[in-house]
Amino acid sequence: MVTQIKTVKELPREELFAPGHRLCAGCGVPVLVRMVLKAIPNAVIVNATGCLEVATTIFPYTSWRVPWVHNAFENAAATAAGIEAAFRILEKKRGIKRPKVVAFGGDGGTFDIGIQALSGALERGHDMLYICYDNEAYMNTGIQRSGATPRGAATTTSPAGKVIPGKLERKKNLIEIAVAHGIKYAATLNPAYPVDMYNKIVKAASVEGPTLLHYFCPCPTGWRSDVDKSIEIARLAVLTRVWPLYENDNGVYRITVPVKTPRPVEEYLKMQGRFRHLLAPENKWLLDQLKQDIEENWNRLLKLVELSQKSS
Amino acid sequence: MAVGVQVGRQTRVGMSGNEAVAYAVKQSNVDVVAAYPITPQTIIVERIAEYVNNGELNAACVAVESEHSALSACIGASLTGARVFTATSSQGLALMWEILWIASAMRTPIVMALANRALSAPINIHCSHDDAYAVRDAGWIQFFAEDVQEAYDLTIQAFRIAEDERVLFPVIVNLDGFILSHGVEALYVLDDESVNAFLPPRKPINTIDVEKPMTYGPLVLYDYYMEFKRAQAEAFNNSYPAILGILQEYSKLSGRNYAPIKTYGMEDAEAALVVLGSSAGTARFVARRLREQGKKVGVVSLTLYRPFPRDELARVLRRVKSVVVMDRSYSFGSPGAQLFMDVASALYDEKERPLLVNAVYGLGGRDFTAEQAEMAFRIALETARSGEVKERQVWLGVR
Repeated sequence: MVTQIKTVKELPREELFAPGHRLCAGCGVPVLVRMVLKAIPNAVIVNATGCLEVATTIFPYTSWRVPWVHNAFENAAATAAGIEAAFRILEKKRGIKRPKVVAFGGDGGTFDIGIQALSGALERGHDMLYICYDNEAYMNTGIQRSGATPRGAATTTSPAGKVIPGKLERKKNLIEIAVAHGIKYAATLNPAYPVDMYNKIVKAASVEGPTLLHYFCPCPTGWRSDVDKSIEIARLAVLTRVWPLYENDNGVYRITVPVKTPRPVEEYLKMQGRFRHLLAPENKWLLDQLKQDIEENWNRLLKLVELSQKSS
Repeated sequence: MAVGVQVGRQTRVGMSGNEAVAYAVKQSNVDVVAAYPITPQTIIVERIAEYVNNGELNAACVAVESEHSALSACIGASLTGARVFTATSSQGLALMWEILWIASAMRTPIVMALANRALSAPINIHCSHDDAYAVRDAGWIQFFAEDVQEAYDLTIQAFRIAEDERVLFPVIVNLDGFILSHGVEALYVLDDESVNAFLPPRKPINTIDVEKPMTYGPLVLYDYYMEFKRAQAEAFNNSYPAILGILQEYSKLSGRNYAPIKTYGMEDAEAALVVLGSSAGTARFVARRLREQGKKVGVVSLTLYRPFPRDELARVLRRVKSVVVMDRSYSFGSPGAQLFMDVASALYDEKERPLLVNAVYGLGGRDFTAEQAEMAFRIALETARSGEVKERQVWLGVR
């Protein structure tokens, strides 16, 4: 039974993610986790090594009021697959009730080191929800570039130098990678749109089989932004078309938060230290490339929406 | 039901080592098998997949995309309380390396068959013990099978040992690649009822349960990490009596004797070989010939490799004049190859102890011949006679 909500007032009250964790002020992860555990109270969590893992389970404390497993960095999807396969057979053999397996990985653990395990798990069709919290760099080790870092962003391994002003390569498209496996549901999430987020989590969890959610995760520490501006930045990411909110439901793409007239990208960029150098005149060429990425992604999404809706 | 000659409650059958392991896994009523193909192990998981797809075994086969994911999935599955098996060789085990330590520290009683194969480079698919040695410190119990019969017997015992509350560690059953994995031998298999009685369904503790949420695999820093490791070390060492008890129980059940070490001629031996795996038979065959010629030689082979049977080994070796420790591997830059270092340190505290020579042999599937075994014994006898080690390490069968 999929229960969709219309306002945040309808969110379940119970908190299965306890306060007292060590995530940074302004971090986007706890917003996601609280929402996921409200939407899926029978979840078993698998957590790749990363900020979420280290900041919530410093022994002898834990923030998790649900079963939680950490194995290693690159194997959250494989660990989740093992749990899922085991519960499925134990349900058949011994009547043990099967929980919903949910895996969390950061962008490093998902786009880069964990992509093989993720691809394998999606292909094998395990009944599991994989959620990537994407703060667009390896934040846990101190802000190194990943396959999810957008073009132009400065990280400690793609610094804004005099010759090379930040990362020169574009960001991978995780949703399209996931959809290419033929999974039944994939969607993007953003903390500035909690109702959209909650409803997509509920929808993804209700599907029997692998599903994937891709969450825009503000990181004041890594983005060099004000801790009280995370939600504002997240909203601007949507309104500038940097982070379109959409879903792929059984092969059909749909934009869930339409953006008719985008706000200038500069409004989004200037709030974050990682992008500030792009606003200098000598780096305009790189800014232009980033803008082109954003436009191309948006236009491609519109085409995918049109194409998939026509053929459905 | 295995097809073969019925002998009491057991059946005499012909199987390769891989088939025998797969049959043991089936009889052990495993719940989850996650594995990735690699020569010479592949036939084990092929057979298990056939058992499952033909309805002879009610288990989940997770055909993962790498060995790293295989062991990762095994850990997840084991935490639910399932009985879990995997198999690999060489490069596959090397890819699992990171996760091996996690499996032990998280006390997941996974059983693994390791069809021993040399590590690259150069790439080779045949037997060395590089793979088993390379994970000796990872906190897995390790057995070495000498023949197909032992590969079968040890697999069943491995589940019982791993899942015992006094143990709760993962177990590797080593079988020499191709020599045992593909060699077809006659063996006795137990009937299903006997296996079920010896190995009832797993009684897991602290499993993943939504009603009783727990945190598995937290971050532990310098304020607790040492206590975690100390607890794991104590648990590993304390598992020894439980292992002995289960080996004895199975010996009674099967009529085949299982103990941490096997000895031949050691009651009066002045010179001896220490070996692992399938070489034991060759060594004993040559020892018998030499003893017929009046030479006081003996053979010690290790069935249990980790935890290392230090006391048993010291007891049988301390009065021997000279011992050649046979290593099917090489440890670069070390004082000797891997088994040699273990044996040497096991003997160090003894007041009387033999002179030691290390023989490196059989790498990458090079045949271990009777001539090589005889050469090793001659080195041991000559060392015993002269009271002097001429060469601390020799290579046998190398051009």
